[in-house]
Amino acid sequence: MEILFYIAAAVTVLATLRVITHVHAVHALLYLVVALIALSLIFYLFGAQFAAALEIIIYGGAIMVLFIFVVMLLGPLAVEQERTWFSLSAWVGPSILALVLLGEVGYLIASGDHPTMAVAEPRQKAISIALYGPYIIGVELASMLLLPGLIGAYHLGRRLSSEARSC
Amino acid sequence: MIDWSHTALTIAVILGSCLTLAGMLIWVERRLLGMWQERYGPNRLGPGGCLQSLADMIKIFTKEDWIPPFADKAVFVITPAIVVITALMSFAVIPIAPNFVVADLNVGVLFFLAMSSLAAYSVIIGGWASNNKFAFLGSLRAIAQLLSYEVFMGVSLMGAVILAGSFKLSDIVNAQQHQWFVIPQFLGFLGFFMAGLAEAHRTPFDMPEAEAELVAGYHSEYSGMKFGMFFVGEYLSILLLSAMTVILFFGGWHGPWLPPVVWFGLKMFGFIALIILIRAAWPRYRFDQLLSFGWKVVMPLALINLLVTGGVVLWRAG
Repeated sequence: MEILFYIAAAVTVLATLRVITHVHAVHALLYLVVALIALSLIFYLFGAQFAAALEIIIYGGAIMVLFIFVVMLLGPLAVEQERTWFSLSAWVGPSILALVLLGEVGYLIASGDHPTMAVAEPRQKAISIALYGPYIIGVELASMLLLPGLIGAYHLGRRLSSEARSC
Repeated sequence: MIDWSHTALTIAVILGSCLTLAGMLIWVERRLLGMWQERYGPNRLGPGGCLQSLADMIKIFTKEDWIPPFADKAVFVITPAIVVITALMSFAVIPIAPNFVVADLNVGVLFFLAMSSLAAYSVIIGGWASNNKFAFLGSLRAIAQLLSYEVFMGVSLMGAVILAGSFKLSDIVNAQQHQWFVIPQFLGFLGFFMAGLAEAHRTPFDMPEAEAELVAGYHSEYSGMKFGMFFVGEYLSILLLSAMTVILFFGGWHGPWLPPVVWFGLKMFGFIALIILIRAAWPRYRFDQLLSFGWKVVMPLALINLLVTGGVVLWRAG
């Protein structure tokens, strides 16, 4: 089992690196899809089958399709522009911040307090009971947040009548 | 401990029969279309023309496999594989008979939905990588279509899941021993079947490859075996759609007298014939008609269906 985890983790890290370093936006997004699938495999290995399936359906399937849809419309000129933006100096800040995180991870691993692979198996039933029991406020708040978004999108996308467009 | 030899045998049988059936379906579809349109269809090679797919395969293998110089090569080459792989992966969770399933996952329904949403990438990315405006229009249509049908596909499935009380496909089949879910879940069945037709790019929802408007849509630039993969992938998704419909709404392998596998096969063939009949009888809808019909009619119906089903199940539980 552990070797499967390390393979999936390696794929996730490498694919994510390619997401950051690729100048071609659509290719970068395809690597992101690969990273998400590998991540879902990790969830599955931890016993969280429900989270694994949702990871692919929501992130891999729905959200990435929308991203790719927008990026596809950019056309080939965007690659050249990305290349000019992708200078060495742009790397300095993010690299320092990432190194700080790397140091923290290294410290945590070295200090010997690792969490084990065997996480308690969260069944979909337990998740649903938790979501619709103690955390019902959170679910309701999220749905209230989504509703204004929906209405706002409808407001922006509605078809204006001809007299409204002329003035 | 997992019985590896049993699993390996099941995988081999399912893979082999899926690919063979998908090949044979090409001939079945052309013959049935011919019958309904009062002509013969391919009837030369073999008894009744049943070796036609073999001849087509030889032809397609020996054709020039051309990659357009303006295409995005790496992406162009991998896309046809995605559609076949995701369709075959979905068959892993399909219970054909008791104990005749590769992996009876706890989240079988969700796994099917996940694979079907990944399958959409082949169409989207294939059309984009071809760098051809007709192919690109095809993939734009595929995305808009995907966003409208994926939602109500999931919602209309949930009624069956609530009634069975499980995401596991074999549990869903076993819950239908006395009554098929198509009776209490008729709206759910209609919604799922419609979404499935759109998913498999079949008439009347085959706008991404509308040959009258877009040459061949997203696979205009594909030739040789790469086109063959798209073609086989389409028939695999027809098989998958009929298998899922049988499992979710028509009692899976349950039926009197005959052995379970035969019942499953018979029901599946019924749906395959229905899908082909729809193609023979129905014109293609306009592109925006599917979108507005999906969001304004099917989606509310599916939500009402979900609400009523949930309410009835809660009321019965007391």
